[in-house]
Amino acid sequence: MDNIAGTKSSLTWAVHLSVALLVALWLFPTVGLFVSSFRTADQIATNGWWKALFPSEQNLTLRTDSPETQVQQGALYVIEGNLFAVDGRPVDEATVSAWGTSSRDIAAYEPGDVAEVDDGATLTVDDAGNYRMEGPAEFTGRRGERVFVVATTPPELTFENYRNLLFSGRNTDGMVNAFFSTMTVTIPATVIPILIAAFAAYALAWMDFKGRALLIALVVGLLVVPLQLALIPLLKLHLAIGIGKGYLGVWLAHTGFGLPMAIYLLRNYMAGLPRDIIENARVDGATEFQIFTKIILPLSFPALASFAIFQFLWTWNDLLVAKVFLIDATGQTTVMTAQIVDLLGTRGGNWEILATAAFVSIAVPLFVFFAMQKYLVRGLLAGSVK
Amino acid sequence: MNSALQAVLTILIGLGGCISYFYLSNLLLDKVICRPTGPNAGRNINRANLIRPWLFLFPAIFALGVYLAYPVFETLRLSLTDRVPGGGYRWAGLSNYTQMFNEPKFWEAMRNNMLWLIVVPAASTAFGLLAAQLTDRIRWGGIAKSLIFMPMAISFVGAAVIWKLIYDARPIDQAQIGVLNAIYIALGGDSPQNWLTIPFWNNFFLMMVLVWIQTGFAMVILSAALRGIPEETVEAAIVDGANPFQIFFRIKVPQIRTTILVVWTTITIIVLKVFDIVYAMTNGQWETQVLANYMFDKLFRANDWGIGSASAMIIMLLVSPILVWNVRNARKEMR
Repeated sequence: MDNIAGTKSSLTWAVHLSVALLVALWLFPTVGLFVSSFRTADQIATNGWWKALFPSEQNLTLRTDSPETQVQQGALYVIEGNLFAVDGRPVDEATVSAWGTSSRDIAAYEPGDVAEVDDGATLTVDDAGNYRMEGPAEFTGRRGERVFVVATTPPELTFENYRNLLFSGRNTDGMVNAFFSTMTVTIPATVIPILIAAFAAYALAWMDFKGRALLIALVVGLLVVPLQLALIPLLKLHLAIGIGKGYLGVWLAHTGFGLPMAIYLLRNYMAGLPRDIIENARVDGATEFQIFTKIILPLSFPALASFAIFQFLWTWNDLLVAKVFLIDATGQTTVMTAQIVDLLGTRGGNWEILATAAFVSIAVPLFVFFAMQKYLVRGLLAGSVK
Repeated sequence: MNSALQAVLTILIGLGGCISYFYLSNLLLDKVICRPTGPNAGRNINRANLIRPWLFLFPAIFALGVYLAYPVFETLRLSLTDRVPGGGYRWAGLSNYTQMFNEPKFWEAMRNNMLWLIVVPAASTAFGLLAAQLTDRIRWGGIAKSLIFMPMAISFVGAAVIWKLIYDARPIDQAQIGVLNAIYIALGGDSPQNWLTIPFWNNFFLMMVLVWIQTGFAMVILSAALRGIPEETVEAAIVDGANPFQIFFRIKVPQIRTTILVVWTTITIIVLKVFDIVYAMTNGQWETQVLANYMFDKLFRANDWGIGSASAMIIMLLVSPILVWNVRNARKEMR
């Protein structure tokens, strides 16, 4: 817009740079969690996730194979193998930069050096982690010799966390159960208010009756009533009429809390539809019910979609309403948000579990967000700009 | 899977119930009660038109009444009563309120809420305005916008986990896995800080989470408002030799003042209700209590419905100026 008068802003590069910085800053936290969910517990604890994409230098404590595997070569007893090998096969392409046999000096030797272990036995480790330990006497003991290694390991990402959280047989953390609970809460709580609100919005937008202005003012007022106020009275009501804590209660609560927003959004949208269409239909003898179902509802699709996304995000991400109206003492119906808060308490240090659980719960809303962003923005604008 | 079946059934019953209610009640009105034929056709049509809006409105009014209007009055009543052991209630006058006002934890929550009310809307609106102005001027602004907007889809609980990782602290002899401490140490800090346990300042670390979420909202709305500014005003300013900063602060910002106000009040309401972030990150410890979490604490941990309701009424009281302002605006628009 600043180019209109023919003066190309000299600040363009600064704008690009600042936007890039802003985006990076806003994206950074989420990326951190995302990357962490693909790292093993050891990796997370060893260094920051921002180093996950580069080779990292680690201090490792490894062991040679046990004396059972020794072979006799002439007068010498020899144990050979690779320090990084798990179950006999090499795993990753780590590079040894220094190694040692004592915890007091873990970088005592260069790769290729020969170290005296004890009783005349010697050990040598090359930069790929291959070692050869040889001695004049038979090696004894159950376990192999301890070797300390300073090694550069390549970045490694794994789906292990997701497999453990979602598919492992002993699903101790109950995320799968919570995922389905959240689904069960969300879908009816999104669908039911739409229909109720659509009828009310039509009446408020296109029907003439006494008290209409008052009702609209009431809806606008209820838009901002904090739902904290509703918690005790409604819980009391639910307990009194036998709904108790459960899905039915949480569906009803979400329906009630979502209605003001739904009516407000839909009424504003419907009031903006062209008057001609509706009056022509009336002249042609269509009943109000027909006008609503055949004309208004299809034309209002964008507004319906906007509200549906709002309500979906809100119910999926909700913690408070679920805690009050749904989750009972048995904990069978716990939703993902509540499950994650529990994990924060019990598994506060286990970032591989936390990050994965959080990302499982975030993934669906993020998908909806990127797929339906157009409607979300439209709804926000209709809901706020006066 | 039983619950999934129940959900599908509820959708069917709920939707079917709604549709058949609307359909049948209209049918009843047209075909039975007020038939638009016969000697009284005219009168009947008029009568049907009087009744029909209320048929359309009834389910919504019923739900709004039960789920939002009634609780306001019931909470007020509960805040003035005490629960008697064994059931029943006793009139308590203002004793719940005086008891609450004597609790230091309540004043801590009030102080923190005021801090939240100042910092979060101001910071979100400022960042949002900045992002809106900058992204509108570049070609990849659309992508930049949707990335800044993205945290909006993330739950408060998810955001709490994300930011806890950022604030994580490890003992000094280990590598820091929290970004903030890693930067702090790299810049010469002597020992890693437990950011969430430093009284007073930890409030700002919690607020950061909400600012991060709400900036996208502010940006989207303000960017639409900025694009709605008549180009002539900007052109005139350029002709008059205004620099970009003058154009922004003297020409553009004054023209979107009302939108800024709307964004500000919307975020203010969200701040007043903020619960999940505090609950998940500190649970009000280390002097980070806020009203909504204080209330939850009273209700479900102390099981004190009287004080819980009283604190809910305080939240309502703080919201009500915005409520009145919104209603007045809406009525002005209707005219």
